[in-house]
Amino acid sequence: MPLFAVIAVTIATLVVGAFGLRVARTTSDFFVASRRVGPFLNASAISGEYLSAASFLGVAGLVLLRGVDMLWYPIGWTAGYLLLLVFVAAPLRRSGAYTLPDFAEFRVESHAARRVASWLVCLIGALYLVPQFQGAGLTLAAITGAPTWVGATVVAFVVLVNVVAGGMRSITLVQAFQYWIKLCALLVPAVILWTVWHHDGSATRGLHATDWVEPLQGPHATYLTYSLIAATFLGTMGLPHVVVRFYTNHDGRSARRTTLVVLAMLSLFYLLPTAYGALGRVYASDLIASGRTDSVVLTLPDRMLGGTGAALVTALLGAGAFAAFLSTSSGLVVSVSGVLSQDVLGRRFDGVTGFRIGGFLAAGGALLLAEISQGLPVAHAVELAFAVAASTFCPLLLLGIWWRGLTARGAIAGMVSGGLLSGATVLAVMVGVTAGGWAGALLAQPALLTVPLSFTCMVGVSLADRGRVPVHVGRAMVRLHLPETVDVDRGTYQPSS
Amino acid sequence: MCPTSAACCGAPGTGADPVTQQPAPRVRITSPRTLAARSRARRSHAAEIDALTRLGEVYVQSLMRAQLRLAGYVVVLLALTVGLLPVLFRVLPLADVHVLGVPLPWLLLGVLVYPWLLVIAVWYVRRAEHNEAAFVDLVERREDPS
Repeated sequence: MPLFAVIAVTIATLVVGAFGLRVARTTSDFFVASRRVGPFLNASAISGEYLSAASFLGVAGLVLLRGVDMLWYPIGWTAGYLLLLVFVAAPLRRSGAYTLPDFAEFRVESHAARRVASWLVCLIGALYLVPQFQGAGLTLAAITGAPTWVGATVVAFVVLVNVVAGGMRSITLVQAFQYWIKLCALLVPAVILWTVWHHDGSATRGLHATDWVEPLQGPHATYLTYSLIAATFLGTMGLPHVVVRFYTNHDGRSARRTTLVVLAMLSLFYLLPTAYGALGRVYASDLIASGRTDSVVLTLPDRMLGGTGAALVTALLGAGAFAAFLSTSSGLVVSVSGVLSQDVLGRRFDGVTGFRIGGFLAAGGALLLAEISQGLPVAHAVELAFAVAASTFCPLLLLGIWWRGLTARGAIAGMVSGGLLSGATVLAVMVGVTAGGWAGALLAQPALLTVPLSFTCMVGVSLADRGRVPVHVGRAMVRLHLPETVDVDRGTYQPSS
Repeated sequence: MCPTSAACCGAPGTGADPVTQQPAPRVRITSPRTLAARSRARRSHAAEIDALTRLGEVYVQSLMRAQLRLAGYVVVLLALTVGLLPVLFRVLPLADVHVLGVPLPWLLLGVLVYPWLLVIAVWYVRRAEHNEAAFVDLVERREDPS
């Protein structure tokens, strides 16, 4: 039964993708769906793309394991869109750039800055993509007993077929569809399980442990919480697969409205994982000892229902989890292959061919990395991807949009320093460096240190380099901030694709 | 379009005619009564921005400042409410307070934060669109002869 549900989601994804394929013909379709996507559809697609395995399975597991402090993850992943809304959404759409490297090139007028941004997109993309593939392998293994490489390969294959065949146009429909799958797949079982719990006399065993129910327990808890807030609140705007979605809005105003709908959709979704975490505490607390808290969402139906009902509910949850792997992976492969085709292959192939080859490289590379890193603690990589994004692209976007003084050297200095330091902590965690006390806290949540460092470097170097403020900064500001209805000269910049 | 930015700066928005640059002995001064004249007058504000004159930059900066100030309000509001929660949890025993059987921190972080974020976002979008509408009014304001 669960296997059937996973296959159904996979086939549905391919069919919806094929529907989008009929309309995708030009390079512009491939990259940004020709900007004909309305706010509601676009918001569904952004939410569908954004809600990864970490949201669908991971948050409930974290809540089960560590309690109330973990609720800051979904809060940060939602509030990140509020900051994106007020600082970035409309100006970024108005810039007319396709990707973050495009934005860097447009704003600081430097190929070197573009190249640094391209490498960072690949780094963040890999940090995000590898855990998706591994999670898919583990989920399929848990449901059917298949070897882990099967799930990863299936996800890579489906994503590749959709991306290569239809580009962004097909992906927009697929991801909008997958938000609603994910919401229903988490909501319906939650209601059923909640009812069962109620009939069970609303048991509260396991819910009273002080270190679980009370906030800020454990060493350095206040630092860890604020650093987590910094990484998630500021990192969301710098995720390449999120930002690429804003180019499919019609104009700056609709970019804002899309973000508003995204906030509502995420708020609705993130009410649910907490319930699974709390129910897990009552019915599946043995998962804590066995270290398999990530599987709590998929385990609960068996523990609470039994029989056919359990099989059906597990099937629904498995389908939702697979939708999460597929949609997030698709978005990441689209954005990474966009960057690969423009900055690595662009001169050798025409737009669409380059995009397809980029897709092969991105999906294949991530699949290889997922196989190599088998057994490493990569689940933490998604959290660290937020820290890297907050320490690199967040300062680039904020200063680039709101400060005329940003120079190419300043932007590069900030991205490189923030990227190196946060990247070093990622590497340290991956190879298994552990430290106690403050060093351990810094390794686990580096953002509170690396984000201010990156901002300081960007501002400091720009000020020292004052003579080299980009020539067209005045025109760039006009383009970023003036509503489209005002008939003014917005410069001649065109994304290089 | 103005032939030079200086001409525009001298008489912003008066529908300066290219003819005024020529050393003509007599210049007829009229009120722009026709539609064509009015549309030229409207363009001249945008022309200040196009030519990136001091006045044009002031226009752009006024919009940027208004939007940045609004974004600043949102950040301060967020910091003083959601951002202060960990500090509140540190100093006050809020976990002992139960609402509907749920400890207050769980209710705040698990549920109430989300509608609050939405309220802030809706308020922001309305204010931001208002700022832009005011800017469009400023730039495209009709020239009144009075």
